[in-house]
Amino acid sequence: MNAKPRLNIGAVRSSFAPWADASAKPLVRFEAVTKRFGGETAVDAVSLDIYEGEFFALLGPSGCGKTTLMRMLAGFETPDAGRITLAGQDLAGQPPHLRPVNMMFQSYALFPHLSVAQNIAFGLRQQKKPKDEVAARVDEMLALVRLEGLAHRKPHQLSGGQRQRVALARAIAPKPKMLLLDEPLGALDRKLREETQFELMALQQRLGMTFLIVTHDQEEAMITADRIAVMRAGQLAQIGRPAEVYEAPNSRYVADFIGDVNLFEARVTEDGGDIIRLMSPEAPDGLEAIEDDEVPVGSTAWLAVRPEKMRVHLDPPPPGPNRLEGQVADIGYLGDWTTYLVELPGGRTIRAARANASRVVERPVDWDDKVWLTFAPDSAVVLTR
Amino acid sequence: MRRGPSAFNIAAITLGMGFLYLPILLLVIYSFNASRLVTVWGGFSTRWYASLFQNEQLLAAAWVTLRVAFVSATLATVLGALAALGLVRAGRFRGRTLFSSMTYAPLVMPEVILGLSLLLLFVSVGLPRGFWTVTIAHTTLTLCYATVVVQARLVSFDEALEEAARDLGAPPWKAFVLVTLPNIAPAVAAAWMLAFTLSLDDLVIASFTSGPGATTLPIRIYSAVRLGVSPEINAISTLLIGLVATGVIAVYLLNMRRRTPGA
Repeated sequence: MNAKPRLNIGAVRSSFAPWADASAKPLVRFEAVTKRFGGETAVDAVSLDIYEGEFFALLGPSGCGKTTLMRMLAGFETPDAGRITLAGQDLAGQPPHLRPVNMMFQSYALFPHLSVAQNIAFGLRQQKKPKDEVAARVDEMLALVRLEGLAHRKPHQLSGGQRQRVALARAIAPKPKMLLLDEPLGALDRKLREETQFELMALQQRLGMTFLIVTHDQEEAMITADRIAVMRAGQLAQIGRPAEVYEAPNSRYVADFIGDVNLFEARVTEDGGDIIRLMSPEAPDGLEAIEDDEVPVGSTAWLAVRPEKMRVHLDPPPPGPNRLEGQVADIGYLGDWTTYLVELPGGRTIRAARANASRVVERPVDWDDKVWLTFAPDSAVVLTR
Repeated sequence: MRRGPSAFNIAAITLGMGFLYLPILLLVIYSFNASRLVTVWGGFSTRWYASLFQNEQLLAAAWVTLRVAFVSATLATVLGALAALGLVRAGRFRGRTLFSSMTYAPLVMPEVILGLSLLLLFVSVGLPRGFWTVTIAHTTLTLCYATVVVQARLVSFDEALEEAARDLGAPPWKAFVLVTLPNIAPAVAAAWMLAFTLSLDDLVIASFTSGPGATTLPIRIYSAVRLGVSPEINAISTLLIGLVATGVIAVYLLNMRRRTPGA
């Protein structure tokens, strides 16, 4: 996608990039997979490769088809068109119980009549593993998710976080080729969710297992995944590393769905190779952005600028491009960040965010202050759709 | 603000309970009457219970009733559970609403009509009336009750549990046996109990569909009463009430139990 080497995007596990290797064989391949429910197209000709050892996230709002896509891989839905292969083998016609993938359900779906140990052993029993092997694997799993003392509890005697870990252990125990996680942390409270995100990531690294996570929570996807596929109405809007989809979104939809963004509708006036100049009534001195792709002069484009890349000035900076003038309409103090809502003369509100790097600020920005906003040309992204 | 029930509440409850249980209470008391005259109290005695166990006609009727109730309750529970599964699991198929309302229709259908139509059916197919015709008729009667009870449990049963079992390598039938069945078992047991009790005390349908050699207890009691109330009838009725009450309480307890663990 939209690779921009000069901007040097991407931080996590930069050495791990099988998708960039043309000779690498994907573990899972969706080929133009389509699924319709009645008249509605839930998944629309999606093609997608997921590689061995990858932590892949399907991200999108509810109803975008991400869960359907996952359920087709697990075998609970049948594609109307297209093909899904796992390790080169076509999965068509293979029922869920014969597929070497396991799923962790959103509701956890722990068997209420079985103990924690029996829940974890369920998949191993189906594989007809000898008794002592099952017991050893259950112990290993209990240790892995730190539930050693709770083997004989029933699910209703566990806390939400413990249930989540049992569900995880149960899905991992039969050593599937791939683990599918359907909104795995949705039912946890915020603090526990954050901890568990990092735990999941560490666990995936340790096991070397391929994880596919479905989530509507962008933070969850950003923290855990190697790559994110942003979905919209049954289609893939963008695939990329978390930093790519955040810093180099390919559309207004992706820019807006992931994080906060300020969008300026503008007319392209000049394409000077690297630098693109645009005109917008909201920026009297014009707009400038660094963009490798060509954008036709005279066309309409959108300039996307993240709030944290907006600088707030109380004194007027020297005139020049990427300079906006406005009045502080609201201030949201979050502790680590402060968000300023700045009203432009045209009436639109722009977001600017500042990290509260020091405890005391010499000249704090106050309500109704007249302020100027500026941003660097390489902080802005030109979007054509 | 208001503590405890008002005078009106107490009056309403007393009146309602009196209406419901005074006749039954009277019957139970008179079953321990020493006198042969049913309406005259002649002191406490259990002699009618003793003589009851010498009355072979009544004992035979009781035995028929128990067998009919057992077989019809079992059939109704199996069929009802299958109907409930179809209604809950099959999603929206053509005629689903029609099917589900048709399942419930016998709940409100007058028993006389049901009995009469079953009689017509048995006569037209040439089935001699006896044990099996009563049993089939009672299965028809209790099937819809069993369906309702099992369906109520299935609706709240998380289908993801069965999917999880299949995902972990269990074929569909095994997933049902290992996961779904244990979780709906209390409802299935409750459905059986309900069907059993309903069959036990049915008079109307049984009188249409039973034949010689398959006289059920309610029929026997009814015909005995027409010749005059005997204290023995009071005694057997008390036993019947005890059995039905036990069944109803068991259903209630089974329903309570399935609600407590909320995993």
